[in-house]
Amino acid sequence: MFQAHYKLERYSVGLVIAIIIAASIGGIVEIAPLFTIDQTVEEAPGMRVYTPLELAGRNIYVREGCYACHSQMIRTLRDEVERYGPYSLAVESQYDHPMLWGSKRTGPDLARIGGKYSDQWHVAHLENPRDVVPASIMPAYSFLARTQLRTDDLSMHLTALKKVGVPYTDSMIEKAVEDAYGQAAPFSALADGVVTRYGDATHIRAFDGDPGSVSEMDALVAYLQIIGRLTDAAHEQKSSGDAE
Amino acid sequence: MISTLTDTERQIALVISGLLSLVGLVLSAAGRHDPLGAQGFIILAFGLSGVFLVISGFHLPEPTEKRFSHYYDEPIKAGIIIAMLWAIVAMFVGDWVAWLLAYPEMTFDAAWASFGRLRPIHTTGIIFGFGGNALIATSFHVMQRTSRTRLADQLSPWFVLGGYNLFCILAVTGYLMGVTQSKEYAEPEWYADIWLTIVWIAYFALYLRTLARRKEPHIYVSNWYYLAFVLVVAMLHIVNNLAMPVSLGSSKSYTVFAGVQDAMVQWWYGHNAVAFFLTSGFLGMLYYYLPKRAGRPIFSYRMSIIGFWGITFFYVWVGSHHLHYTALPQWVQTLGMTFSVMLLVPSWIAAANALLTLNGAWHKVRDDATLRFMMVAALFYGLATFEGSFLAIRPVNSLSHYTDWTVAHVHAGTLGWNSMIIFGAFYYLVPQLWKRERIYSPVLVEVHFWLAIAGIFIYVFAMWNSGVIQGLMWRTYNNSGTLAYSFIDSLNAMHPYYIARATGGLLFLMGAVIGFYNICMTIRSSPAAAKTRNEQPATIGQSRLRPGE
Repeated sequence: MFQAHYKLERYSVGLVIAIIIAASIGGIVEIAPLFTIDQTVEEAPGMRVYTPLELAGRNIYVREGCYACHSQMIRTLRDEVERYGPYSLAVESQYDHPMLWGSKRTGPDLARIGGKYSDQWHVAHLENPRDVVPASIMPAYSFLARTQLRTDDLSMHLTALKKVGVPYTDSMIEKAVEDAYGQAAPFSALADGVVTRYGDATHIRAFDGDPGSVSEMDALVAYLQIIGRLTDAAHEQKSSGDAE
Repeated sequence: MISTLTDTERQIALVISGLLSLVGLVLSAAGRHDPLGAQGFIILAFGLSGVFLVISGFHLPEPTEKRFSHYYDEPIKAGIIIAMLWAIVAMFVGDWVAWLLAYPEMTFDAAWASFGRLRPIHTTGIIFGFGGNALIATSFHVMQRTSRTRLADQLSPWFVLGGYNLFCILAVTGYLMGVTQSKEYAEPEWYADIWLTIVWIAYFALYLRTLARRKEPHIYVSNWYYLAFVLVVAMLHIVNNLAMPVSLGSSKSYTVFAGVQDAMVQWWYGHNAVAFFLTSGFLGMLYYYLPKRAGRPIFSYRMSIIGFWGITFFYVWVGSHHLHYTALPQWVQTLGMTFSVMLLVPSWIAAANALLTLNGAWHKVRDDATLRFMMVAALFYGLATFEGSFLAIRPVNSLSHYTDWTVAHVHAGTLGWNSMIIFGAFYYLVPQLWKRERIYSPVLVEVHFWLAIAGIFIYVFAMWNSGVIQGLMWRTYNNSGTLAYSFIDSLNAMHPYYIARATGGLLFLMGAVIGFYNICMTIRSSPAAAKTRNEQPATIGQSRLRPGE
């Protein structure tokens, strides 16, 4: 073996090929099957995609690096299920490009944050976390409320996501800008279209408390309120006694 | 710098800089409503500086044929200084965000100053800015010395070094503006990723071309490690960054992978960035500079082989240990855990091989702080790899994951292993490259060493404590069978440790600043009488040493 190596190390190209082979096997064995084995991702027929407003909010979550301190992945451990809620399923992030499972909990997990607090709480918390949680060490994100959300390119965002496999329909792509406004403006003419395209359970609210305009705060709160609620699969699993 | 290029190379450099400026111009126009516009301006400015630099030196006489009897050290010198600058900037930002965790009000109500945007500047600045430039600089040095030949040409080292730093600058300025893919340690967006791929191919080609010119029949072990670093990082980078840009005028892209597959690809990348960037490349450094400084040959040729191939083969399997108890299929988790534990064998073989090399030279470790930096690096490498294998065991991981324990582990590796070997290598290199008799102040090297040691210990012990406390508090039940602590209780318990951690980081940063001062003063001091021992590329037919001897 050492004799063979003694010969191998005289050829740079041979060394290069050997390195490529040695370093490829593990990745191929572990990653390739994830795309082919059916059981990797559960079935959730009723699952919907993110609305344009929620997607914009998700992009703000990414932009501000929220994932550096908040995970969105409840592990199959008793204390985590009791603290945060039903453990996360693969299907819940099947439309997530990229996933935001996170790796660190400087703050709590957010996989079940949707619906846990009111919109007003989220707005107050993002304005200054210490107003509602005195011991919080989260930065204040008050600039979100005074920043207008950029909506003109939302159709292109949906198109890009469709190209990588998210099932956005042509009308969702075409009406992306209108839907972003409609979702944050209840009782407006645009609001009905959002429900038609994304379902009755879609939140149509003035998330930041101001129905007149769409701010980044609207988008982020809309996203936070939908986290873990695109499908009920995880809750169903729990009620059927599978948890833990 | 320009004076060392031939006329043809100057023309090519001009064309490349011109093309780069053009790309910058196009991007800044296409992305004028987007952060991409600002990024385009940076590319444009970078390209134009290249143009001016080349033009300003265009009239200088061409280098003569005599250059082939000298090593090409100019890019190495530049790389060392750039690496030290990145170290100071990125360590400063790291300490800043560490204080933010203790005192969260210090964000001036500005988006760019929040933890989420600054943190990737710290990680990218350290791993890619400091670590990457040190790897490029030392690999240029090691590939020439161990092959006893000059770099293959004069231009591509500058292209690699300059292009790589453009990537780093695009990355950190992007984070300030909120441009990020959110993939940890792969945050830069699609245009920066494409650029890095081009630079990396040039780096790989330069490496192979230089090896092809070698006067030694055998390729020394350091080069195996550097080659593995260059090759596998390319593979990881390309696969993990496959993405669909929103448009050519947008900095935003969507990764082609989703959910569980994305998580697995990301941590296959993420852990192997640790493996092949922060381990393989740095072992290449260790295997050259430690024996050189100690004046002893590597302890065992066979251990080098086993260590190298074990690390190269096993590491790629272990990324899934970042995803224990998650929605990732359990068989992948189990494979990741198994290989993580097995990985301890080649890791410790590599560490032991380095430490045993010091047998017969331990008195030098006592007297020489530069060698002591390297010895401590090997020691921390052994410690961090043990801890890594330990944390990868599923039940241990259930406690440690998501907590500061991971942060302690990472910093034992980056501060104790990566930074220490870089500082050791630089203290060895600087007097030699600038042809000075010795470093400006050996006392300051000692001061740096002890500041670094104190900083590491305070940092790592603080984070060990806070991590274990955090993990235990989250899973403690009271007598009535409910969770004993709220999340905020655990957060309150962290406060003293966050202050301790930021203090430890500050000590380490002070050490780096002193190190940079010492390096600058060495460069400014007067040159020693030319010391040329072993400092010329070989002419064919000279004595042939086997690697490992």
